[in-house]
Amino acid sequence: MELNELSIQSANELLVKREISSTELTKACLDRIEEIDGDLKAFVSVTNEKALMQALMVDEQKSFENEALAGIPMQLKDLICTKGVKTTCSSRMLEDFIPPYNATVTDRLFERGAILLGKGNMDEFAMGSSTENSAFFTTRNPWNLECVPGGSSGGSAAAVSAREAFYSLGSDTGGSIRQPASLCGVVALKPTYGLVSRYGLIAFASSLDQIGPLTRDVKDAAIVMNGIAGYDPKDSTSINLISPDYTAGLEKGLQGLKFGVPKEYFAEGTEPGVRKALDAAIKVLEELGADLEECSLPSTKYALACYYIIAPSECSANLARYDGVKYGHSQRLAENMWESMELTRKEGFGPEVKRRIMLGTYALSSGYYDAYYLKAQRVRTIIRSEMNDAFQKYDALITPTSPTIAFNVGAKTADPIQMYLSDICTIPANISGIPSMSVPCGFDSGLPIGMQIMGPVLSEAKLLNIAFSYEQATDWHKIGPSL
Amino acid sequence: MFSREDIEHISTLCRIGISEKDIEPYRAQLSNILKQFEVLQELDTEKIEPTTNPLSLGTVMRDDEVHESLTKEAALYNAPVRDGDYFRVKAVLEE
Repeated sequence: MELNELSIQSANELLVKREISSTELTKACLDRIEEIDGDLKAFVSVTNEKALMQALMVDEQKSFENEALAGIPMQLKDLICTKGVKTTCSSRMLEDFIPPYNATVTDRLFERGAILLGKGNMDEFAMGSSTENSAFFTTRNPWNLECVPGGSSGGSAAAVSAREAFYSLGSDTGGSIRQPASLCGVVALKPTYGLVSRYGLIAFASSLDQIGPLTRDVKDAAIVMNGIAGYDPKDSTSINLISPDYTAGLEKGLQGLKFGVPKEYFAEGTEPGVRKALDAAIKVLEELGADLEECSLPSTKYALACYYIIAPSECSANLARYDGVKYGHSQRLAENMWESMELTRKEGFGPEVKRRIMLGTYALSSGYYDAYYLKAQRVRTIIRSEMNDAFQKYDALITPTSPTIAFNVGAKTADPIQMYLSDICTIPANISGIPSMSVPCGFDSGLPIGMQIMGPVLSEAKLLNIAFSYEQATDWHKIGPSL
Repeated sequence: MFSREDIEHISTLCRIGISEKDIEPYRAQLSNILKQFEVLQELDTEKIEPTTNPLSLGTVMRDDEVHESLTKEAALYNAPVRDGDYFRVKAVLEE
């Protein structure tokens, strides 16, 4: 086994024994990137020299004992601010933007000795489900280079799946961590809204955005969560609680747990291969001692419309800051300030971002606010209460992460609504603020399928326990792409 | 459904600057998306409180203390056009 193929945990064990160094791990990842990223295109930028420098310092100064993330090379989605390292959001608008500060998650990982390999490609400003909205290039699926990796954190999922990085941090507004993880065959966790600080995360839709890890197995996800979760006074939506050790309860087993399988998540549009894989996964969970039954969440059908009013509305407000004055693209060949602003935004934003800004501007505009934005916020309450009620009865809900396997590049770009439907299973968790995981649960036509596990607010430890039990009973996580 | 004038009006509101040839495709796409929202009208929401934040968080207060913040140089580092310690913009006031 090559060094870049190790799990975080096994790499740490070797680092502790000083059998390998962080420099060797980093070189193995950089070699892998050099070898395949020309085809895969998971990275917007690779920070070779900085990574090797960080690794050298960690090798000299850091103890690896009880520091599971020390010396481990990782990638960050290119909307997580890194001081002195370009953070582009895969947009022309921020193509040359160099943040003057680190995001809190960046700081936390660096304090623990993490090594930054570079920044992950994504759909522009995290708006999309395939990375085809990146202003630079489309990331490819490591299992089949003709296919998309999913999105918006497609660069993160592809890099982790292809063993370029040990893990990556992505962001999830309507499924942007879980859907690509499902399509690339890796593990993802979208934490409870407010559990991970968003200070330094370039904002898309502030009542929905959350940062989370993409990893190759469940234990690694728990290890990364230990590194990033917890209160941050710089984020006013941060939950002020002490986080548990997420690795502690992994082996508790599933005896006595009750799971609901909401039928609305298997509606038309779910591919037969996905349905079959989920049926098999449900059997495995039953054999492990969990009690499963079909249930119904009738408001699920309103989630997509609710989301596509709320997210664009918030995005139109958040992206108003890109005016060409303080940072980012700026077109000055104009008569006056207004014209300059208009040209700046015309040149800086791609079509999907423009669509969403216009949609949100309309939904918030005078005369339409009540009919659209306020209505969607009220529907949000209905969906959220229905979800909370379900957790009175069930410890978790089991669904597909995505109704389909990875699709061909270009297959869904002509019709925005077809693309939006990719997130139909993942959106309700963001609307409800609850945590949700995706774990690999099979293949169809050689492409991975993901199982989604949703739980009540702050049930991350329980979700990890469920995902770990399932993973240990199956072999999906041991299979990597042949790329 | 949106008219061409609606699209022009919205694009002015958000200063998005769209080309003449793009108005029709945006009109068609946005109208189609808007149609998907009609499903929400099925729900009676009159007595339902809106959710602004999924955890019902309140306003966070802190003491008014002076802390270190970004230096002037760091804040101005990405300025497209800089004039001393200022961001330079095109004329704001019109004749």
